[in-house]
Amino acid sequence: MDLIRLKNVKKQYKNGVTAIYDLNLSIQKGSFVFVIGGSGSGKSTFIKMLYREEKPTCGSIIVGGINVAKLRNKKVYKLRRKLGIVFQDYRLLPKLNVYENVAFTMEVIGAKKDETRRKVLKALELVGLKNKVHNYPDQLSGGEQQRVAIARAIVNEPKLLLCDEPTGNLDPERSMEIMKVLEEINKTCGTTVIMATHDKEIVNKLKKQVIVLKDGRLVKQEERGTYSEAV
Amino acid sequence: MKLFRMLGRSIRDAFKSVFRNFSLSLASISCITITLIIVALSILASFNVENFTAEIEKDMTIVVFVENGISDDKIDEITKKIKGISNVDSYIFKGKQTVKEEMQKESDIFNAIMAEWDDDSNPLKDTFQVKVKNIEKISQTANKIKSFDGVSVVRYGEGMVDQMVTAFQSIEKVAYGVVIALILVTVFLIINTIKLTIFSRKREISIMRLVGASNFTIKTPFIVEGMVLGLIGSIVPVCLILFGYLAFYQHFDGYLFSQLIQLIKPEPFIYIVSLMVIGIGILVGMIGSASAVRKYLKV
Ligand SMILES: Nc1ncnc2c1ncn2[C@@H]1O[C@H](COP(=O)(O)OP(=O)(O)O)[C@@H](O)[C@H]1O
Ligand SMILES: [Mg+2]
Repeated sequence: MDLIRLKNVKKQYKNGVTAIYDLNLSIQKGSFVFVIGGSGSGKSTFIKMLYREEKPTCGSIIVGGINVAKLRNKKVYKLRRKLGIVFQDYRLLPKLNVYENVAFTMEVIGAKKDETRRKVLKALELVGLKNKVHNYPDQLSGGEQQRVAIARAIVNEPKLLLCDEPTGNLDPERSMEIMKVLEEINKTCGTTVIMATHDKEIVNKLKKQVIVLKDGRLVKQEERGTYSEAV
Repeated sequence: MKLFRMLGRSIRDAFKSVFRNFSLSLASISCITITLIIVALSILASFNVENFTAEIEKDMTIVVFVENGISDDKIDEITKKIKGISNVDSYIFKGKQTVKEEMQKESDIFNAIMAEWDDDSNPLKDTFQVKVKNIEKISQTANKIKSFDGVSVVRYGEGMVDQMVTAFQSIEKVAYGVVIALILVTVFLIINTIKLTIFSRKREISIMRLVGASNFTIKTPFIVEGMVLGLIGSIVPVCLILFGYLAFYQHFDGYLFSQLIQLIKPEPFIYIVSLMVIGIGILVGMIGSASAVRKYLKV
């Protein structure tokens, strides 16, 4: 079953730059997908449209049954509660410790304290940070901070996890740790993972489905794809 | 349940934020405090003025003196004419004998002198005592009655009372103007305070949006913060009302200047005024924060 379906999606920014041209694709529930392409190929724009940070200029985007292109500003939170998002720069709150950063998601959606506690500890266990709940972000390595960000993204058990270059700031070893966590989430929770990256090594090693973008156009979408030099 | 948790969180956050940026909040709070003190004084004064002018007005009567030696038919005619004036609420006719008896009762000296008078030698005049519906038109009504045939003199109220009422009314107008200006300044300061809180929490707000906080959840803490500023700002004014008015009342024994001006009893008056002041403080805070949120928190 398709979790995501894009039809004739085009995105032109206000300054006239067209980031995506006529994109048609669908992504199945439970899959692990790399979105690859050079810098400026439209990967971030694609991800942003999925969580309705940007609206497509035209075309339709369906995410988990929600027509994202038509979603009104007031209703965006409903979409956001069904997905988790991870960025290259972690985006943690420096004044909150690890536990509080992850619990933040639960709190702002009004979850009960005991439910919050249970889910936060579960998420932190999944990313392997259960022993650092009291640390503050500046007391963690980059890899650990990113794992906190992942825990925050999955704590509410979303169907979809979007990652925009999550390993962009990390060395290869830490990057592989992050990839293991993401694979684990994909396997054990059945969460669909979509990850934008330009890291050839990771893509070629993991052999997942790839969506290749070039200058805003879909080049190919294939299972067990690799990052070929042609891109 | 969920709503209560959210509101609880908002109120907690609001208090935290007020004290975290205390130097900033202090400007707003002081301004609210000054405004509310003036508002409180205005309310206390205007209620009291309202109260005693109403008391005085209740007693304001037009006294109509009828010319001596007039026929009963003529008196009937005057009665009809008075009855015909639309502003007349009620009237009583007091013949000169009645007036004489009333005056005799009032003082022994009058009693001694007037005892000699009989019906014919009584120099007093027959009178009508007229009460009006609209006190502001009392002079017009009096003039109209004066123009009637057989009416000699018309007197109403004391000029002093009239002047006092107008004086208080103009003071009231000035007070309203000052209060409105102060409220505007306060709202402006609150908008600025909340704006800076919003800017200082930009990162947090963007993450809240990212992880699925509703607009309501994002906005409410800021609006509550404005209300908390208003609430804190009303503490000093309320103390002033509760203790100040009571002391004032006791010091003057309930009357001001003369027996004419009676002050309103402190209870439950001071509690009502306190609630009004708190309400105004919270409302002003809310208006300020709501407009800041609308302006600076694009959701
Ligand atoms: N907010 C924006 N306003 C205008 N142009 C943008 C904006 N974001 C991205 N772009 C442009 O859109 C194109 C695609 O950018 P992006 O989606 O960030 O690519 P990638 O993530 O693959 O590097 C680029 O040419 C970029 O300059
Ligand atoms: Mg990018």
